[in-house]
Amino acid sequence: MRATFPHMGNLYIPLRAMLQYLDVDVVVPPPSSKRTLNLGVKHGPEFACMPLKLNLGNFIEAREMGADTIIMAGGCGPCRFGYYAQIEHAILKDIGCDMQLIVLEPPEKNISELIIKIKKITGRRSWWQVIQAIRFGYQKALAVDELERKVFQVRPREARAGASERAFSEALKLIDNAASPGEMAEARKKAGAIMAGVACKPSGPLVRIAVIGEIYTLLEPFANNRLERHLGLLGAEVDRSLYLSEWVNDHLLFGLVKGLRSSKETCASASPYLCHFVGGHGQETVGSAVNYARAGYDGIIQVYPFTCMPEIVAQSILPGVGSDYDIPILTLIMDEHTGEAGLQTRLEAFIDLLARRKETREVICK
Amino acid sequence: MKGYLGIDVGSVSTNLVFLNEGGIVREAIYLRTQGQPIATVQKGLKELNGRLPDGVKVRGAGVTGSGRHLTGVLVGADTVKNEITAHAVASLLLVPGVQTILEIGGQDSKIIILRNGVVTDFAMNTVCAAGTGSFLDQQAARLNIPIEQFGEIALQAESPVRIAGRCAVFAESDMIHKQQMGCGLPDILAGLCEALVRNYLNNVGKGKEILAPVVFQGGVAANVGMAKAFEKALELPVTVPAHFDVMGAVGAALLAREAVARTGVSRFKGFSVADSLFKTGSFECSGCPNMCEVVEVAEQGSVIARWGDRCGKWSEDVGKKEKIS
Repeated sequence: MRATFPHMGNLYIPLRAMLQYLDVDVVVPPPSSKRTLNLGVKHGPEFACMPLKLNLGNFIEAREMGADTIIMAGGCGPCRFGYYAQIEHAILKDIGCDMQLIVLEPPEKNISELIIKIKKITGRRSWWQVIQAIRFGYQKALAVDELERKVFQVRPREARAGASERAFSEALKLIDNAASPGEMAEARKKAGAIMAGVACKPSGPLVRIAVIGEIYTLLEPFANNRLERHLGLLGAEVDRSLYLSEWVNDHLLFGLVKGLRSSKETCASASPYLCHFVGGHGQETVGSAVNYARAGYDGIIQVYPFTCMPEIVAQSILPGVGSDYDIPILTLIMDEHTGEAGLQTRLEAFIDLLARRKETREVICK
Repeated sequence: MKGYLGIDVGSVSTNLVFLNEGGIVREAIYLRTQGQPIATVQKGLKELNGRLPDGVKVRGAGVTGSGRHLTGVLVGADTVKNEITAHAVASLLLVPGVQTILEIGGQDSKIIILRNGVVTDFAMNTVCAAGTGSFLDQQAARLNIPIEQFGEIALQAESPVRIAGRCAVFAESDMIHKQQMGCGLPDILAGLCEALVRNYLNNVGKGKEILAPVVFQGGVAANVGMAKAFEKALELPVTVPAHFDVMGAVGAALLAREAVARTGVSRFKGFSVADSLFKTGSFECSGCPNMCEVVEVAEQGSVIARWGDRCGKWSEDVGKKEKIS
């Protein structure tokens, strides 16, 4: 078996670690690119959202590299993502890419369901080893998130153009290359040192922007046109409503790890604006907007793939949150367009607006 | 005479204005971009130079519009600013106290909300270009009427027909259907204006508090049919300012004035750039799987700017990278 999985930002780092720990032969597809998108658009249904097309492209490219088994997350509830694994499998079959499919779904009742699925992948490895593998992957997810939070801080302050980006990719590589749990502490330390070594120019308080929305477009830089990077380079400090480790903890580990932001709390914050599950991360989006507004952020950006139903529901509710908490909210809808001029214009104008507001507010406070 | 140059390079039109030091528009030029931003800017500069008296001194230059980065490098701009900020700045000067700006250009439409002279909110069309100038252009061409007369004809309507406005494709098939049923041209055009306004208010203006004074600007504001449809839908008077079609350029010039006041010197290369030979090209970098499309601009044979690469290896190669903002 040569296993592959779709990309979603840096998800490949913990996933590869987990699978390799169990001696599974892993094929990581090339990073999502225009070619990936072209392949997905060619074979995917037009009306599906962009994540499906990119997944499909990832699988085709992984197949070219010799993968024969797909490991994919599933889902349940009104978002059509739950059905994507099956659809993608059928499409691949139609175009002659016969691959085996294993869907990892959020456990309905308890974590053992997931472990059984993982056993299917890992064969005769002991349960103890499987749990160790998950722990290893989870550790990597935590380390990656730590670096991401750091790069959000450094990017708007970097003294030399491009320095933070280079440090970030170098640090990620260190985490990715740590071959065993024993090497993690050292890798984390080294990676942290690389990030801390980026020279920063002195700066006053920066505009703080929270990015919220649909998980795939949040986590995959190719899908959001490197939104966080644009914001950072325009001088804004960014935070994101969702990090890999939080998602893994909520959806795969059943909230086993305590002390992380949980989707349950976020959803609770959505009340009284949206008190029901509407599929995907719709309720979390509204809840995160409330949380960030309360935390004193200057602005909020919602991203989602074109036609994403749960986020459309959230979008129609967000203006209410915006006016109640007096915080500007911008919505960006992502699809195939790769021309960045339009995105740049909106972000620039949004940051201009936030900076102006911040200035006038500070004057009033003085 | 001394003053400031503002250039707005949009998808459909390229506008140049020259403001005197007091912020009064002395010259304004509106040209069609026709897919050739460089040649059009050069043509505009030549024309502007010809119209201005001899010995005029450009104290600063600002650029805006979707072609702003390219143009900024071309002319040596003191500010490269987005259209939203530029439009707001210009409106505030020409219509003091403005609280809402409706702006419809060639390819995008936006709404800008201002309170106490500060932009407090804005929105821009994201995935759909229905209702922008390009679509009106296309429909005018299909019906074989000059775009300049579109609004006048629409005003003659007695009972505008209902046309679907959500999607340009739906709108077009609706229009064709109504036209084949025998509806009059003025009624169809007025119906289209109303449909576009409806779409604009539901899509771009969604959830925004639209308060008077309302200013309508951008190329589409030339269309009196659209202005009337806005007044009807909003039940508010809508002002179309004198320089509605070059507001972005006016804003860019005002921003240049601010920038030069800070820096003291202008980076403007002079009107001679109208005669320089510029060449642009693009290539796909094969250095990594990102396969970035890198754009290169050369002046008189030497590369003056590159952009589009994610890692910076090409853009940083041309001396200091132009900070895009």
